[in-house]
Amino acid sequence: MLTLTCPYCGIAACETELAPGGEAHLKRFGPGSSDDDFEGYLFLRPNVKGVHFERWRHAMGCGKWFLAARCTATLEVFGTYSAQTPEPTAEIIAAIRAKRPDWSLT
Amino acid sequence: MSTRLATGGRLIDRSRTVSFTFNGKRLRGHPGDTLASALLAAGQVIVGRSFKYHRPRGVMASGAEDPNALVNLGAGNRHEPNQRATTTALFDGLVATSQNHWPSLNWDIGEVNALVPRLLPAGFYYKTFIHPRPFWKHVFEPIIRQSAGLGRAPDPRHADPDRYEHFYAHTDLVIAGGGIAGLAAALQAGRAGLRVILCEQTAHWGGRAPVDGVEIDGLPAGEWVNDAVEQLEKMENVHLRLNCMIAGVYDHGYVIAYERVADDSPGGDAPRHRLWRIRSAQVIAATGALERPLSFPGNDKPGVMLAAAVRDYVVNYGVAPGARTVIVTNNDDAYRTALALDDAGLAVPCIVDARPEANGPLVQAARARGLRVLTGMGICNVKGLRGVVAVQLCAQSGSGAVVEDVICDAVAMSGGWSPVVHLWSHCGGKLTWDEAGAFFRPDPMRPPTNQSGAGFVSCAGAADGALWAGETLENAGLITRRVLESFGSSTDHPMPVARAAAEAPMLPVWMMPEEAGPKKRAKMWLDFQNDVKVSDVQLAAREGYESVEHTKRYTTIGMATDQGKLSNINGLAILAKALDEDIPRVGTTTFRPPYTPISMGAIAGEARGPIFQPLRRTPMHDWHEANGAHWEPVGHWRRPYCFPKQGESHRDAVNREIAATRASLGVLDASTLGKIIVKGPDAGRFIDMLYTNLMSNLKPGKCRYGLMCSENGFLMDDGVVARLDDDTFLVHTTTGGADRIHAHMEDWLQCEWWDWQVYTANVTEQWAQIAVVGPKARAVLEKLGSDVDLSAEALPFMGWAEGRIGGFDARVFRISFSGELSFEVAVPASQGRAFWDKIQEVGAEFGATPYGTEALHVMRAEKGFIMIGDETDGTVIPQDLGLDWAISKKKDDYLGKRAQERAHMTDPARWKLVGLETLDGSVLPDGSYALAEGVNANGQRNTQGRVTSTYFSPTLGRGIAMGLVLHGPDRMGEVLDFNTTKPAPKGGAAPTIKARIVSPVFFDPEGTKQNV
Repeated sequence: MLTLTCPYCGIAACETELAPGGEAHLKRFGPGSSDDDFEGYLFLRPNVKGVHFERWRHAMGCGKWFLAARCTATLEVFGTYSAQTPEPTAEIIAAIRAKRPDWSLT
Repeated sequence: MSTRLATGGRLIDRSRTVSFTFNGKRLRGHPGDTLASALLAAGQVIVGRSFKYHRPRGVMASGAEDPNALVNLGAGNRHEPNQRATTTALFDGLVATSQNHWPSLNWDIGEVNALVPRLLPAGFYYKTFIHPRPFWKHVFEPIIRQSAGLGRAPDPRHADPDRYEHFYAHTDLVIAGGGIAGLAAALQAGRAGLRVILCEQTAHWGGRAPVDGVEIDGLPAGEWVNDAVEQLEKMENVHLRLNCMIAGVYDHGYVIAYERVADDSPGGDAPRHRLWRIRSAQVIAATGALERPLSFPGNDKPGVMLAAAVRDYVVNYGVAPGARTVIVTNNDDAYRTALALDDAGLAVPCIVDARPEANGPLVQAARARGLRVLTGMGICNVKGLRGVVAVQLCAQSGSGAVVEDVICDAVAMSGGWSPVVHLWSHCGGKLTWDEAGAFFRPDPMRPPTNQSGAGFVSCAGAADGALWAGETLENAGLITRRVLESFGSSTDHPMPVARAAAEAPMLPVWMMPEEAGPKKRAKMWLDFQNDVKVSDVQLAAREGYESVEHTKRYTTIGMATDQGKLSNINGLAILAKALDEDIPRVGTTTFRPPYTPISMGAIAGEARGPIFQPLRRTPMHDWHEANGAHWEPVGHWRRPYCFPKQGESHRDAVNREIAATRASLGVLDASTLGKIIVKGPDAGRFIDMLYTNLMSNLKPGKCRYGLMCSENGFLMDDGVVARLDDDTFLVHTTTGGADRIHAHMEDWLQCEWWDWQVYTANVTEQWAQIAVVGPKARAVLEKLGSDVDLSAEALPFMGWAEGRIGGFDARVFRISFSGELSFEVAVPASQGRAFWDKIQEVGAEFGATPYGTEALHVMRAEKGFIMIGDETDGTVIPQDLGLDWAISKKKDDYLGKRAQERAHMTDPARWKLVGLETLDGSVLPDGSYALAEGVNANGQRNTQGRVTSTYFSPTLGRGIAMGLVLHGPDRMGEVLDFNTTKPAPKGGAAPTIKARIVSPVFFDPEGTKQNV
């Protein structure tokens, strides 16, 4: 029963209001891509224990998709941010580094 | 034998009596009694039978940790199994029966299991699974079914007559436990201005302190507790709840509390149970500690109890568990029981202390009263079959040579105490081993963490390992101050100071006597409910079960209601010794919520009956109801399956509806169809990505059928798209798909193509939609009066128009799912019922017949139209269904295009859609397989296809079906065998049905009926 703050409407929403959408910042591979690239895009997820970027939708609220950076082991939330972001923002990386100095985006 | 004392009992009201029954016997108790104290007062020593050996079981504890006194409570529709007598408040008219006995509590046939325990060793179930199957089925299973299981499930024909509810709360601090630590913490937090919810699982504040003779700020604990509660009640920011257990602590401060509101007043106005769903910034678990049993031979016999429970019954309820009670201990605390018994005038023949020396103040007090203290001693046998008649003593250090027999009728044992760390552990808090106390306590460096990464659960007092009352409040003060600091608040008010007799260190004793041989170890119970003994855990270790989690499952130790309360540490210690490991290295099993079982009623709350799930109704719902609709659930909607007339079967009704529609006029409520507006300069580009076919070149005023695939290539939805204007499309989805498809669109728009200028809106409920179907469809609409030209030339098939029909604002779509001339008319939802009524009225002369979903399904199958969910199941691509014509070759990209290029998707051996006609005209069974030659690696018959839709077609007067068949479209005319669920006759092969592969379009393949 996580709580995540929707960056659009500002509500600290309980998990019952949210719909999960899996890992964030996937690069889409469409027609013309190699089998390996397409497989990686569609199926292969590192399923990390630690800092994880993920997609959530405020489904029972404003309806907006947003992204969250969260530690899957401790449930610490480093921040939530716009879904219209191809990669983690400088702000969110700084927020993670402040709590996890050894962490780096691989 | 246990009995009620002439005086004493701080929690009971001796001036009044209440009557109750146990196994049909009428007994009496007092208000304030628990069922357990009243049973003991009535001399009922045996209260149940154990799970595996059916051994007689007596009350062992005085609270939630009791493993034995589980009873059936209530009768008829209020019957509930596995209720703890120790936590059940007595009330007038209570009905209880004992469990797990056959034929009677005092003489149980299953007791023979105990005479041959070698037949039921650790891992019994796993081992017998390996035996030949017939042996399991015919020998073990019938015996186990007869004798195993605790309690009797409620009669499913009885609905629970009681009411349950959920409360929601947001607060700063939840404090679990209303003992002195919890009360003191609540006072401090309340003074600091925090919003506090303080919950106590029992009916009384104060916990153990009033029984144990603790003094707080110069007052007896009982008086201090009363003062504290009075002060707390005056604080508006503090909320107090008795009979309310914190059942579980979850992610980010989510807390579940279980309040038993009206268990003792069934039939009243109040809800029986209340489930609190709380979000709390911080949680203090002031949950105290649980006393551990000692593992000596015969420690499971009725009359052997936990030492603290014995003094609870004496002091709280004025009940003597026995007339002569032997104390056996490894610590000083149990001497309080000796003193309490002595105070009550009850005999304590001796105190058996396993420690080589015992000289603490409590021990000296016992000696000073002339009580016999035997140090370095243990119990090596308990005599008595259904109760205690004597104990045999031995040296603790030896193998158990009998030194002395002591006549007694009760034994009070104490193997030390374990902090209740469950709430700390529920959400991931880690534990550390405390050598001095021989228990696990919270590791303050590894608390459960909240969304900020900070700890949000703290254990205070005994739950933090500060067992001795003198330290308990000091610890609770420290913990509370830290919690207040996390809010940036504080209080200058000093914590109360507790005084209690000092205690000398305990000595861990995991087996008594220390060198006991195999015979004695097979009589030392670790888990009383599940019949797990020292010998079972040792056997598991010998058989290679090194992980504590595996040992738990293999032996069943700590399972069921125990959840690591009484059996945990003793079992771990035995396992650690057998593995020659340290206890902390062996670790502990995971504590999982709920702390003790909570009722299913409380979990359901108000969500039962009609409000279990909200029902979606179309504007015409009430008309359907009034006209005898037989309902079919479709998502949250109810749709008419058919409209049977008086005395008509459902099948006859469906056939009549189809015949009327094909001959003249049918009317369908299609309002549940999903309707999504997609609008914006990039709407066409977006729609082209969603659908497999080209949609952006659709002209305003036209409709087109389209297929939607997931990115994985599988067909997920279909429907008709209408172009309303250059910028606007109206997307029709399946009834069940509207919300899902809208979410799917938003996902891609928000997360992938966020720079595209497109807006979507799910307007499904804004429109009522009525399909007017059949040769007279145009006639009835023209008769209604329309400013829309409905002629075939002006409004051809797959066109749409807007205007007024019969005085209603309407959109008319010339689309058909039946193969008939068909107009789907959409009007604003508010006018849906009026429009429907008008059509019935005007259509009467054409024999207008409302039809349901089954007629719709049959008519679409007659035309070979696919249905999402019938022809598709998440593994089917459009190419499998012969829908290649609806897949654009021109488009560079659409969702699913890349996936459909994979080798498996282009494999010519994929099963493809065909029609199927049985040779004898019968209806193929749904889900039936087309059989192929030979068998697969598992010995199962090979298959070459399967039925996806199958109906009786009244139009053709025969069974028709669609199915996916290997190379199907290339095998027209071939006859296949389909299996059935009919059993094979003796000595023969299972019956099959022969069906011929045909075109899936069974009716009017040229479309002469719809294109008029």
